[in-house]
Amino acid sequence: MRSKNIIGKIDIWLLIIYLALVTVGILSIYAAAFNEAHPSIIDASQNYGKQLIFMGVSLFIGFIILLIDAKFFNALAYVFYGLSIVFLLMVFVVGSKISGSTSWIHLGPLSFQPSEFAKFGTALALAHYLGKLDTDLTKFKTKVIAYGIIILPMLLILAQGDAGSASVFIIFLLVIYREGMGGKILIIGLVAATIFVLSLCVSKWYMMTGLGVIYAFFLLIIDRTKKNVWLLTGILIVACAFVFSVDFAFHHVLKPHQQTRINIILGKEKDTKGVGYNLNQSMIAIGSGGFSGKGYLNGTMTKYNFVPEQHTDFIFCTVGEESGFVGCFFLIALYLALMLRIIHLAERQRSTFSRIYGYGIACIFFFHFAINIGMTIGLVPVIGIPLPFLSYGGSSLLMFSMMIFVFLKQDANRMNIL
Amino acid sequence: MIKNKINYSQRKYVIGSIFILVAVILLIKLFIIQIMDDSYKQSSDTNTLRYITQYPSRGKIYDRNGKLLVYNDAVYDLMIVPSQVKDIDTASFCRLLNIDNATYNKNFKKARHYSRIAPSIFISQITKEEHGHIAEVLYRYPGFYFQTRSIRQYPMPIAAHTLGSIGEVTKTEMERDQYYKLGDYIGKSGIEKYYEKELRGSKGMKIMVVDVHNREKERFMNGECDTMPVPGEDIVLGLDADLQVYGEYLMAGKTGSIVAIEPATGEILAMVSSPSYDPNELVGRKRGTRYAELLNDPDKPLINRAISGTYPPGSTFKMINGLISLESGVINVNTAYPCNGPNSTPISCTHYHHSPVKLYDAIENSCNPYFWQAFHDMMSSSRFENQKAAYEFWYKNVTSFGLGRAVDSDIPFTVAGNIPAKELYDKLYKGVWNALTVRSLSIGQGEILVTPLQLANVAAAIGNEGFFYEPHYIRGFGNNNDTVFFEKHIIDIKQQHFKDVKIGMQNVLEGEHGTARWSHINGITFGGKTGTAENPHGLDHSIFMGFAPVENPQIAIAVIVENAGFGSTWAAPIASLMVEKYLKGEISRKNVESRVLTFDIEK
Repeated sequence: MRSKNIIGKIDIWLLIIYLALVTVGILSIYAAAFNEAHPSIIDASQNYGKQLIFMGVSLFIGFIILLIDAKFFNALAYVFYGLSIVFLLMVFVVGSKISGSTSWIHLGPLSFQPSEFAKFGTALALAHYLGKLDTDLTKFKTKVIAYGIIILPMLLILAQGDAGSASVFIIFLLVIYREGMGGKILIIGLVAATIFVLSLCVSKWYMMTGLGVIYAFFLLIIDRTKKNVWLLTGILIVACAFVFSVDFAFHHVLKPHQQTRINIILGKEKDTKGVGYNLNQSMIAIGSGGFSGKGYLNGTMTKYNFVPEQHTDFIFCTVGEESGFVGCFFLIALYLALMLRIIHLAERQRSTFSRIYGYGIACIFFFHFAINIGMTIGLVPVIGIPLPFLSYGGSSLLMFSMMIFVFLKQDANRMNIL
Repeated sequence: MIKNKINYSQRKYVIGSIFILVAVILLIKLFIIQIMDDSYKQSSDTNTLRYITQYPSRGKIYDRNGKLLVYNDAVYDLMIVPSQVKDIDTASFCRLLNIDNATYNKNFKKARHYSRIAPSIFISQITKEEHGHIAEVLYRYPGFYFQTRSIRQYPMPIAAHTLGSIGEVTKTEMERDQYYKLGDYIGKSGIEKYYEKELRGSKGMKIMVVDVHNREKERFMNGECDTMPVPGEDIVLGLDADLQVYGEYLMAGKTGSIVAIEPATGEILAMVSSPSYDPNELVGRKRGTRYAELLNDPDKPLINRAISGTYPPGSTFKMINGLISLESGVINVNTAYPCNGPNSTPISCTHYHHSPVKLYDAIENSCNPYFWQAFHDMMSSSRFENQKAAYEFWYKNVTSFGLGRAVDSDIPFTVAGNIPAKELYDKLYKGVWNALTVRSLSIGQGEILVTPLQLANVAAAIGNEGFFYEPHYIRGFGNNNDTVFFEKHIIDIKQQHFKDVKIGMQNVLEGEHGTARWSHINGITFGGKTGTAENPHGLDHSIFMGFAPVENPQIAIAVIVENAGFGSTWAAPIASLMVEKYLKGEISRKNVESRVLTFDIEK
């Protein structure tokens, strides 16, 4: 009886959006990996057949989650978080290398990426911690622990050489912002990002000169009290140090292939056969789709395997080529609907845990969505992170689905919380 | 659950706005590339893009003196894109290609099965001449076009085993390395296989816009998306083409091998395995049938005997035994042992000479009893804890010459041969054995097996007086003349012992009683050792190893002629001709040469 109850209370719109995205995903993988010898979509020897199995598994696990007590995930949040840290550590011992980074664990015939699980674990842990009555983001201790929860898995993933997956955790800042982090930090973050990109584009000496000019300009216009002058000078020093550390990090910390990816986006390097090849082919594929696309299964670029990794990270190309701007518009609208629906539902939660968790997953989806699509059309560097629900891959589909279902359960249960 | 905190819920609008803003940015960019910018679009629906793989030219291979050994020649593959084949006159097309209708249907089906839209090879390796008149009328047959390929050509029909060959990739090779696509070529053996990555370069891609008449109209986006092929690297081998030619000439009609090494570097100067074949035979469309013929040839010409044939080293192995006995301290150059000629026990002598003999004379006369007694005395010496310990000392030193293991360099598929380990005898004789049990080892018979390459390397190590470089083919890449070195091995035996053994070896060729005195070369100091390997299947194998000049060896050589009898009769003169050819450039002893060439196998 209880299960019937819960099914009746779940947010039908979010469920529909989720199912729509997963369906688009299966159809796109079918188009991208289509093999004439195996035309059946349910052929388990092909990637689309496998993805169909992953979808079934995800729905089954999602259904189980709906039957579990809603308090389960809040109560066990730290257990999930702890498990993800253990998995991440295990990678160092038993991990195997796939395209440059060691981030997979193989358990018999199954293989999964612990970094996918870590996003889920971190969203739960952060929500659980900030949801406690005695936490207060204006207090130093709360800040340290909240940031620590985010940074620990990030560092572990970074150490595996998977900068792309590690960067996802940055988006949790937006969650902390919603819960009361100073708005200044967002502005400072924005300024820092601008200096960051500029430092990569122009030499650090020009940057220093530029900063000096700005400093002099402000010095002229402000009220030159002792305090203001010191503050301004302090900002200048911090900014210069930042320029130097970016320069250092770029040349000494990033690997050559990562440098190249950034250089291509910045237009400093033209490379149509190496790293730029993916991007170039991807943009041709999407661009050639035109207004209404070439039609389903008719994408010539797509069929040709001209875009490497097309069924995984570059799945958006298939949509872009075969269904054109119209298809892209609807897909982006679908994602936007998903994210906005989640934050809308999050705001109506009575439990702080549920609200923060909702924001956590909305932000994860947002980051993946923005970076992945941005990468295929040349707006951001080629970072290998999947497009939620569309990219081929069992562990990512399962994790994204679990995120949704846990939230659906929390939402359905909201009335039971006093 | 009310908390005493400021309500930040208005911030949902900030976050929502960020989401919307980013989505709008993505849509603007998509609008630009999908609708505003035409350069990404195909000019019209009837046009199709043709992706033409640009094959890089494979690296050429040169000998040590810059003589060309392998180069490329153009041929053409007729490509097909099944989905673009429409309304063609099959009959006239078959006439043009000189194929029958069944072949057409078979090839078409195969291509369609591979992919309807990706190009595949319809007919491979069409010659320049055929290509000319087909290309003129090919526009009538949409969906077909030519792609240039190159095949390997060999100006000199030599060194087939060393150079190896290329062939179409197999399914497993494609799975192992995604670089390869159906119909690509890959090194299958020899240098072509080992240096595949360097030689192959990397493929490029040209994208052409093709109109409805199957004509290539223009480069797609002015070639912006094309990638250029990167040519493969050229390779310079240590091989001396003239010496290789001469070696193959001398070995014609015989079964066996010659391996010549430059002792200072470990580079292979010549590697002959006879019978051989012309590498040009394994090129192009005839490769398949010819390969099968060679494979079924009872003389096994595809086998490289120089690296995979194993033989008992016979008397040549006495040099190693002599060195080890000297190193153990049991004997010195003045130690003399008696010899009763053919009546000696437990091993008789095959040569008549004075008695007792010391090391130099023992080598010169290849005296079996001397080396048996030296071996026996070492094995039972009180310097070692017991005979097994002595054997382990012997084993360690023998293997330090590179024996009993495969060569670890760019020479693929080398065979390890065999140096029996202590455990083998423990098992064979249930732990109870001594020098007498394993006495055959003292004269290079018994369980010992070496390859000609290993034997040449032993000669190099002795010539070098105690070290050798892992033997290898390559000298350098491309235009840089840096020598590529492989691992240097130092043998733990005093240099003086090598000097002593070398004197004995020089006597083999230059001494009054030397077993190979007929093969000495005027004006060149030449040291060596003959050997006769007992062959249970037929006549003994004739063996020789040596080096010249003795003081500063520039060539170390091993020769094995199967079923030819004594080492002095065939292997030694062949080796001496090779040495003379390499060091002098010409042969002064025409009588020796003509005798070697008139070899008649008595099986």
